[in-house]
Amino acid sequence: MQGPILVFAESSGSEFRKSAFEAVTEARRLADLSKTEVHALSIGHKIRDQASSLGKFGADKVSVAEDEMLKLFQPDFYRQIALDLAKRINPSVILLPATSTGKDLAPRLAIYLNTVVATECTELEISDDDLIATRPAYAGKVLLKVKMRGNPKIATLRPNVFTAKERVPAISPSVESLSFEKPATKMTVKEFVTHGAKKQDLTEAGVIVSGGRGMGGPENYKILEELASVMGGVVGASRASVDAGWRPHSDQVGQTGRTVSPTLYIACGISGAIQHRVGMINSKVIVAINKDPEAPIFGFADYGIVGDVFEVVPALTQEMRKYYGKN
Amino acid sequence: MRRVPDTATRIKIALDGKSIATSDAEFVINPYEEYALEQGVQLKEKYGGEVIVLTLGPEKSTSVILKALALGADRAIHLKSENFPDDPSAVARAIATELKTVEFDVLLFGKKGVDDDSQQVGPMVAELLGIPCVTQIVKLDISAGKAVAHREVEGGVIVVEATLPAAFTAEKDLTVPRYASLRELVAARKKPILVKEPQQFPGILETISVQYPPPRPPGRVLGKGVEAVPMLVKVLHEEAKVI
Ligand SMILES: Cc1cc2nc3c(=O)[nH]c(=O)nc-3n(C[C@H](O)[C@H](O)[C@H](O)COP(=O)(O)OP(=O)(O)OC[C@H]3O[C@@H](n4cnc5c(N)ncnc54)[C@H](O)[C@@H]3O)c2cc1C
Repeated sequence: MQGPILVFAESSGSEFRKSAFEAVTEARRLADLSKTEVHALSIGHKIRDQASSLGKFGADKVSVAEDEMLKLFQPDFYRQIALDLAKRINPSVILLPATSTGKDLAPRLAIYLNTVVATECTELEISDDDLIATRPAYAGKVLLKVKMRGNPKIATLRPNVFTAKERVPAISPSVESLSFEKPATKMTVKEFVTHGAKKQDLTEAGVIVSGGRGMGGPENYKILEELASVMGGVVGASRASVDAGWRPHSDQVGQTGRTVSPTLYIACGISGAIQHRVGMINSKVIVAINKDPEAPIFGFADYGIVGDVFEVVPALTQEMRKYYGKN
Repeated sequence: MRRVPDTATRIKIALDGKSIATSDAEFVINPYEEYALEQGVQLKEKYGGEVIVLTLGPEKSTSVILKALALGADRAIHLKSENFPDDPSAVARAIATELKTVEFDVLLFGKKGVDDDSQQVGPMVAELLGIPCVTQIVKLDISAGKAVAHREVEGGVIVVEATLPAAFTAEKDLTVPRYASLRELVAARKKPILVKEPQQFPGILETISVQYPPPRPPGRVLGKGVEAVPMLVKVLHEEAKVI
């Protein structure tokens, strides 16, 4: 494979996303295998000061496009900037995080570059000078290994699967500024409305405390919020509780919600239906709290407690408080 | 719109180790396309016009096309192909080629197919047609040649205005799909389906193997009620080492 590896280092506000560091780390690994360079692209607003931090994860070069208009993802603007750079540096591979931005941008680039995308990859390898991507399909019921003919190969990486690793010593990358000229567009990005003060997105969270129909009502999620807050995690939900209007759809885990892979997933009052399972089965450790010993969730949880969430969850929060107080 | 195995179906790998054995799977309209279709029908009910469904797929797609016609579409275009490449870019190119002959204001896709989870066809078709595309939308308002769409992203929604004609890909919360009555299912059989061959494009994405994910090691129930809680914290720390 000839040509550098181009990584889209996504930022949010004036900070890089964790998934950007993950993608740069993976790009470095591939670049070392195929003896090429890692060229990172950062698009945003007030991000230039951070650009050289990508060297810690292995970027040799960083191109930065900054503008007030680039603060929020605008497909036409981002596509234009990424395409101009790709045409200039002829990458062999383009990696993007499989975030809402990455998954929107990747196929647009692919069409212009006459190629296709391997979506939400969980593993990449180089074999016979070619990129082989592993990606889950049928909601994770199977894993596909795919190859793409031609260059560049474009892949989006599922957040929280690849590990961001800082190198010692860090590379001090060369940083260049890209000029941005607003291209013609038929889309105007108006505003970003946040869902609230949630610190992490489900797909990037290390700990998820998820509640299902067994929570009985929206007010009861308070006990899950408490547990999550003690553990530095976020709250998720099953579809039953989303459809009941107890939680927003952005909290839904599963086939028609988010696919998550936290270090720890605690399912509270969730039965473990196949469509829920596929969204969380790649969590490192799964804990189930359910009053029904026959609930399917016990069939694939690593640890289970048979019991009432209203008793077990507050006790667990208390126990965790003690644990984190000590450690 | 296309047909996919029902999400509750067990997925079996075919003997060649490179594809999925679908012979005994049950097929449904891709759920995300049901949200999109419902949005189309609601727009028609509000503003008039017509809803066309377009499917690229084998002969067997007829059942989901009939279902869509029962759910409120007026007519269908079926790009019939038994072995079209399993490649989103080829699919997008064939669909865009066909759409160049169709007039429309709003082009709706599902966010992704729940089979290959590729999430590419919508924005690809839009780029090929040179029209705006807002992906993963949970709300769509149309007025005076413009659309305002709410796009669900990490931590919130982004509000985007687009000039029509424009494309959108539906997220789950966009609409609540309706059910078709028996009468509508019967009436659907009288609605026109234009069957033609898609233009062929080569696939550049090649599947070299399909595997089942490695099984999770068996888990265990630690006990009942609050008594089991200290044990849970202990194993998470000492055995699983996740806290
Ligand atoms: C096309 C399609 C897509 C779908 N997509 C998704 C998806 O993305 N995500 C998803 O989650 N589902 C999805 N579903 C729905 C899925 O099939 C299940 O209906 C859903 O996951 C059930 O949610 P639940 O576990 O919260 O509810 P239930 O199945 O009703 O389970 C509730 C559980 O809570 C337990 N419980 C009750 N009270 C208590 C208590 N006090 N203490 C402890 N335990 C208690 C019960 O024993 C039970 O096991 C989809 C379905 C379809 C058809």
